[in-house]
Amino acid sequence: MTAKSAEPLSFQDLILTLHAYWSKQGCAILQPYDVEVGAGTLHPATVLRALGKKPWKAAYVQPSRRPVDGRYGENPNRLQHYYQYQVILKPNPDNLQELYLGSLKAIGLDPDLHDIRFVEDDWENPTVGAWGLGWEVWCDGMEVTQYTYFQGVGGIEVDVVSGELTYGLERLAMYVQNVDNVYDLKFNNAGTTYGDVFKEQERQFSAFNFEASDVDTLKRQFEDMERNVTRILNTENSLGYKLVLPAYDHVLKASHLFNLMDARGAIAVAERQSYIGRIRDLCKACALEWAAQEEARNDAAPIPSL
Amino acid sequence: MPQLLIELFSEEIPARMQLGAARDFERLFDAKLKASGLSYETIKSYVGPRRLALHIEGLPLEQAAVSEEVKGPREGAPPQALEGFLRKTGLTIDKLVIENGIYIARIEKAARKTTEVLGAILEDVILNFPWPKSMRSGTSTFRWVRPLKRIIFLFNGKVIPFELEGITASNITEGHRFLGSKKPIKVSDFDSYKNGLLENFVILDHYERQNVILSKAREACTKAGLTLMDDQGLLEEVAGLSEWPTPLLGNMDPKFLTLPPEVIKTSMKTHQKYFAVKDNKTGNMAANFVVVSNMAAADGGEEIKRGNAKVLSARLSDGVFFWSEDNRAGNFDAWLEKLKGVTFHAKLGTLYERVQRLKLIAEDIAPLMRADVTASGEAARLAKADLASYMVGEFPELQGVMGGYYSVAAGHRPEISEAVRDHYKPQGPSDTVPAHVVAATVALADKIDTLVGFFAIDEKPTGSKDPYALRRAALGVLRILREHCVRASLSDLVEAWYKSTLTYANADRAVHVDTENWRGSAGPRWAQGTTDTYENYLRDFKQGLLESQIWVVPNTRDYDLDILFEHVTNKQDIKDAVLTFRPFEVVKAEFLEFFADRLKVQLRDEGVRFDLIDAVFALKDDDVIRMIERIRALESIIDTPEGQDVLALYKRVANILNAEAKKGELPSGHARIMSGAPEVETDLIARMSGVGATVRQHIEGEAYLEALKALSTLRGAVDAFLDGVLVNAEDASVRQNRLALLQDIRGLVESVADLSKVTQ
Repeated sequence: MTAKSAEPLSFQDLILTLHAYWSKQGCAILQPYDVEVGAGTLHPATVLRALGKKPWKAAYVQPSRRPVDGRYGENPNRLQHYYQYQVILKPNPDNLQELYLGSLKAIGLDPDLHDIRFVEDDWENPTVGAWGLGWEVWCDGMEVTQYTYFQGVGGIEVDVVSGELTYGLERLAMYVQNVDNVYDLKFNNAGTTYGDVFKEQERQFSAFNFEASDVDTLKRQFEDMERNVTRILNTENSLGYKLVLPAYDHVLKASHLFNLMDARGAIAVAERQSYIGRIRDLCKACALEWAAQEEARNDAAPIPSL
Repeated sequence: MPQLLIELFSEEIPARMQLGAARDFERLFDAKLKASGLSYETIKSYVGPRRLALHIEGLPLEQAAVSEEVKGPREGAPPQALEGFLRKTGLTIDKLVIENGIYIARIEKAARKTTEVLGAILEDVILNFPWPKSMRSGTSTFRWVRPLKRIIFLFNGKVIPFELEGITASNITEGHRFLGSKKPIKVSDFDSYKNGLLENFVILDHYERQNVILSKAREACTKAGLTLMDDQGLLEEVAGLSEWPTPLLGNMDPKFLTLPPEVIKTSMKTHQKYFAVKDNKTGNMAANFVVVSNMAAADGGEEIKRGNAKVLSARLSDGVFFWSEDNRAGNFDAWLEKLKGVTFHAKLGTLYERVQRLKLIAEDIAPLMRADVTASGEAARLAKADLASYMVGEFPELQGVMGGYYSVAAGHRPEISEAVRDHYKPQGPSDTVPAHVVAATVALADKIDTLVGFFAIDEKPTGSKDPYALRRAALGVLRILREHCVRASLSDLVEAWYKSTLTYANADRAVHVDTENWRGSAGPRWAQGTTDTYENYLRDFKQGLLESQIWVVPNTRDYDLDILFEHVTNKQDIKDAVLTFRPFEVVKAEFLEFFADRLKVQLRDEGVRFDLIDAVFALKDDDVIRMIERIRALESIIDTPEGQDVLALYKRVANILNAEAKKGELPSGHARIMSGAPEVETDLIARMSGVGATVRQHIEGEAYLEALKALSTLRGAVDAFLDGVLVNAEDASVRQNRLALLQDIRGLVESVADLSKVTQ
């Protein structure tokens, strides 16, 4: 299955190996963003840093929250909370494919024994108005990575193209360790399993997402967050320019609240588009503002004031 | 003669774009060569996951001198136009010639070396390549389908100096990413290129890869007593996903065979790009799959098979979950409820409203189809429910098929389940028409709703654009009518749709019409359960739906009978309309014209002569079966002596009438036997009355061939009459009578077909 000489990597060693590998490629190894997000791309280190001309290399693990995917810890493949490993290289280097394949080798996937292929999949995240061209990378028919050349963010075309890699960590670990149930994954080499760490969390959060969250509260909080984005962007402060990063945090929170309402079945099909549209508009406003600020910082010109 | 070899080596090109790109590469290059006056012997393009190549044989070493003519502005055009033209051509005015009032520039191009010309052509082709989607990479503004890595540009054994976007052309390529030697491959010509790749585990030719896949996959299946289920689309795709295609026969858990075969096959194909496999003994689907890998692994592919089987298991486990959830009792009602929240088209409302229209249309047309009204209505009501199921959510192409399964499980009558399953048919020329009349009724209702609905909101196909596949739907309607021998006027089908719009009158909305005879709305009282009077009102209201534009208005006020009797049009309501449909008469006219064109296309494809089709279409009949009967009759007789008799007598009569019509209006009324009339005249009149009665009787019985045969018996009498008398007699009453006689004859022939359209 994996390189014959070595014991398959535990879940945490998989992460540490990727950290070591991408650190060597010059990436800043960041920690997860401390706001709930539905996808690792939404970390400001990716979605905002992809804007502007400034070179940027980073890698990090990001928990992704997908409330509707909760299965009370019963499904071997589906989780409402899981990890993505994100790499962003801006501008994308010429040898990104080789670097990526190197990372698979590092975690013990021997390309001479497996069938690794790049299958067209053009990534798009309408919520943040982002899109790119690329592939899903298949290993023996399983999608292990989303590989994207960012072409636009926040509805605008990027100045410099970033290469983005998103590894599904649990899936990759299940493959490397050859287990069929995510909860059976070895979390470390000292006897702790993924189930020991996360099973109870999956149970309780599934019940919360589907049964115990309070729709009225969620709705009210969503509206608070939504209102605050605009308010924060328009509030005068001692810096003299817009507080786009805190505003963006509020967009992320609104987005997560929307996902929670969705899990409760509280979003009618007809309302859905309107909610997504509202989040997208806020997100786009932040992206545009960030891009303008970045450009100004880059040109050493004054940052556009309020 | 010198040879040209080009390779554009890039990161993985999407499989679906590859063959198109190869065609474009060849086409564009060919066009540029011709425009540059460079001829060649052969040209062929190749494409694979990472490369696009072109091989041309027999190019000259030097381009011939070319003289090119460029058309400029007209004489007397504004001076700016002339100046622009001079700038473009680089000439002065005295070098221009004037032909037919237009300035012409003759540009002489001296002979250039082929290598110079080729460089310019390649650059132009690359920079303007029509990828369906392209991208930028890094800091560059250059666009290609995925990052472009390397260019081979080899002419007559030498590299043509060429640089583009930081890439310098060379004679070097690389082989398979994992299986190849991982060393640069140096090539000197096309053969060394092709062989060098082959040695490094790359089959250059797409079609060769297809053949390898098919033969190896079949071989593996045969050995195991299995048969590969062919799929041309899938074969093309997987040939675009591997440079060294290696089919492997994998095993799956047999427990998944309880899923419907369509589900297994679709899941394999859509998600995993596997071929399904049949068991030779049972003829059923086998617990196997064929994956086409891009690797010849050291272990014979055991790891790869195992990995793929695992992924398939996870996919099919989802399928099992969807299947068991979807099969629960009561799902149909819950699904229909869900369709209330799904928009079909912004200007037509929700899928639920579509279902309601379908039910009304199906009930309306069921008698025409000789189908049970209740069963048709019920089948129509259930037909779209599966769109809300898990399985169809996952695999949209299984719509109908899944509904059919779920309907059986829910215990619906067999003809209803069959109708749910088959109502999307026929989906193309090679698909069959639903066999059962109830299924055919729902299928017809489905197509009528799509067609008339989009016509009613003015979304008709234009030119090559037909986003809602209305042409296909129209051909489907024609085939259903023909194959089920349905006697229906197309106008009635349009009418059925218009009457079904009454469904928009519900708790939230009212339907409003405004004509000379009708002003009023059908509103919530209808939805609340009805009084006898209101039911009568609605029955009459349906007539109003055929006379006016239709407005669906929000139910902000209590629309009911009172408004009708007030005879007041509330302009505000119309302004607030959420949906508007164009009037029946307008849509009907467009619809009939559209169908006439579709029927012509269908009949032409069947080899029917255009002029015969036109002869029948000129009658403006809109019963499809009847039209076809007439055309068939005409077709079978026209080249026989009888047919030629009818044609000859018709043309002779018509020529005289046309000539006389130029002199003044032709008389009205029928011919009568006048005293003292010559025998040829009285004889023809007598014969006409007999033949006329026979012909009319045959037309009544739709025996058009018999009618034409009866007409042919008039030939002798008509010739005798026209040879024996002068139509244009001096006595006005005699002339009038003779013209009336000829008009009777012409009219009688034209009641079968307008033979003036027949050209031979």
